[in-house]
Amino acid sequence: MQVLFKTRYEDDIRFLPKTGEKIRVGLVVAFLLAAPLLLQDYYLGELGLLLVYAIAGIGLMILTGHTGQVSFGHAAFLGIGAYCHAILMSHGVPFSLSVVLTTALSGLIGMALGRSASKMHGFYLAIATLAFLMLVETLLGEWESMTGGYGGLAVPGLKVFGISLASAWQQYYLDLFFTFVVVLGAANLFRTPTGRSFLAVRDSELSARCLGVNVEWAKIQAFGISAAITGLAGVLLAHHLAYLAPDVFSVLESLKLMLMIVVGGLGSIPGAIFGAILVSLLPVALSFLKDVLPPALGQQAGLEPLLFGLIIVIFIVFEPQGIYGRWMKLRFFFETFPYYRKSSFVRQKSYLKTERMR
Amino acid sequence: MTAGRTLSVRNLSIMFGGVHAVEDVSFDVSPGEVFAIIGPNGAGKSTIFNLISRLYEPSAGSIQFGEYDLLGLPAHRVVDTGIARTFQNIELFEQSTVLQNLLVGRHSRMSGNALCDFAFLPRVRRAEIRHRRKVEDIIDLLELAQYRDERIADLPYGARKNVELARALCAEPALLMLDEPASGLNTEETDDVGFWLEDIKHDLGVTLVMVEHDMNLVGQVADRVMAINDGRVLAIGSPDDVRENEDVQQAYLGMTE
Ligand SMILES: Nc1ncnc2c1ncn2[C@@H]1O[C@H](COP(=O)(O)OP(=O)(O)O)[C@@H](O)[C@H]1O
Ligand SMILES: [Mg+2]
Repeated sequence: MQVLFKTRYEDDIRFLPKTGEKIRVGLVVAFLLAAPLLLQDYYLGELGLLLVYAIAGIGLMILTGHTGQVSFGHAAFLGIGAYCHAILMSHGVPFSLSVVLTTALSGLIGMALGRSASKMHGFYLAIATLAFLMLVETLLGEWESMTGGYGGLAVPGLKVFGISLASAWQQYYLDLFFTFVVVLGAANLFRTPTGRSFLAVRDSELSARCLGVNVEWAKIQAFGISAAITGLAGVLLAHHLAYLAPDVFSVLESLKLMLMIVVGGLGSIPGAIFGAILVSLLPVALSFLKDVLPPALGQQAGLEPLLFGLIIVIFIVFEPQGIYGRWMKLRFFFETFPYYRKSSFVRQKSYLKTERMR
Repeated sequence: MTAGRTLSVRNLSIMFGGVHAVEDVSFDVSPGEVFAIIGPNGAGKSTIFNLISRLYEPSAGSIQFGEYDLLGLPAHRVVDTGIARTFQNIELFEQSTVLQNLLVGRHSRMSGNALCDFAFLPRVRRAEIRHRRKVEDIIDLLELAQYRDERIADLPYGARKNVELARALCAEPALLMLDEPASGLNTEETDDVGFWLEDIKHDLGVTLVMVEHDMNLVGQVADRVMAINDGRVLAIGSPDDVRENEDVQQAYLGMTE
């Protein structure tokens, strides 16, 4: 087992205090940077899409995983991001400005939603956010002059600072750049007052209040940041889709985001990334299932949402800490082998202490 | 300076479903004093704390702390006047570490801006380190160093009570409200609490208002005691006077029957 001896306060502020973590994260970053050399265009596109969903997942994670506010409406922010960006771009607004405006608009709408929802809890919040999604979905379909209606809307080609980014690797690096920004920013939040106030609201609104946290404002901020990040994912998603239609941003898409964060592990940024990986692999599993299941079942239209729902329930019941929690346990198992006890994960460090300290 | 504020509660009342949980309660707590509130279960002790914290809205009465009219403030502004508290059923942030919990204790003294925090600007880093230093003083005072990086969910009960006390102290309050600081602790731990309360009073100069059942602890640290029953004040005075009071003995006897 590794014990950290700290010599400076800075050590707690640093992200990856352990050497092992540094190496693991370093390897992942190295792979992501080198991916265009290693992968064919098709897979590179898929990897870029995975990163986009990881960004959206982090957006929802901040709200649901860290602040404890359920949202089944987050597909709406993907939609708002994608449509707003496509519309601005087709009106000649440059990419960089459009990204800023779209992210800000999405964040503001999120804050407005958060404001009206800040007194709601659990079930009512789920219904309210769902209603919001349906409103947005309908609006995207009906506002034909702006959105192209149900016929859809073509997304202008990707052009940043006047340079056309037509190749797969160029688009991939754009996705990767924003992934780094969002991961770093989200991690920053949770070592500063803003993020801590979110965690406080999740775990005890009562004591958060008594310590000076304006709970309503914290929720509004969480909704805003979450919506802004998800809107940014929408911008990037638009370029992957190339053609937008309102039914892409449906309840099923919201469910997919929820699935990601529950399966990945609520309340952790790596969890959102693990979740994105799993959700990206899901279509593969699904096509496999369709082959092996009897046709009467395999060809059923509702197979996908059914599977999503089923996986969410299974994880909530059996592995509430998600894949990330499972990974932490696994790592602990290897670090302490052969002394591992099932119960020891919970009280691991107590063994280091004298009887009196306990 | 926040030292030197008197807490004045006047004719405070609140009803829950037609029942007076607190009725016409008045008392003063002077700066530097240790003031204990005793009474049987359901007497309304925690409700008085919740009223002062502005978690409940009184039906009548006033609460003044120094120059502040607390009833004119929302709950999250109360700590700015210099009042911090603990809860009877520990209210910690379960999934966070001790250090993170204590840093939330500094929240009222930190100016957060979501965008600056997202970017972790240099001045955000400097503020983190500055506040971290304060937190470290409290960790030393309450001997919490060995728990610093533990999640609350992994801590034994006694340590949690301690962390909650530490978190309240991190707000650098002038007045600290403690709801049953020794409940659920063994005698050794209760003695520790007694010593810490003395330290907090003398070294930090914090005024203490505490709800407590352990009469030894009350006798040891309290300057004055208020006994209540069914939401009404029975007696206010020195620990001995209140112990001798007939109404108080009646209330406690009535409960044990
Ligand atoms: N939020 C509430 N809603 C309804 N009744 C309450 C509430 N809080 C307290 N009460 C009632 O007020 C009375 C006093 O409770 P409390 O102040 O918790 O007693 P104690 O002196 O044991 O701390 C009890 O009868 C309790 O049931
Ligand atoms: Mg009580």
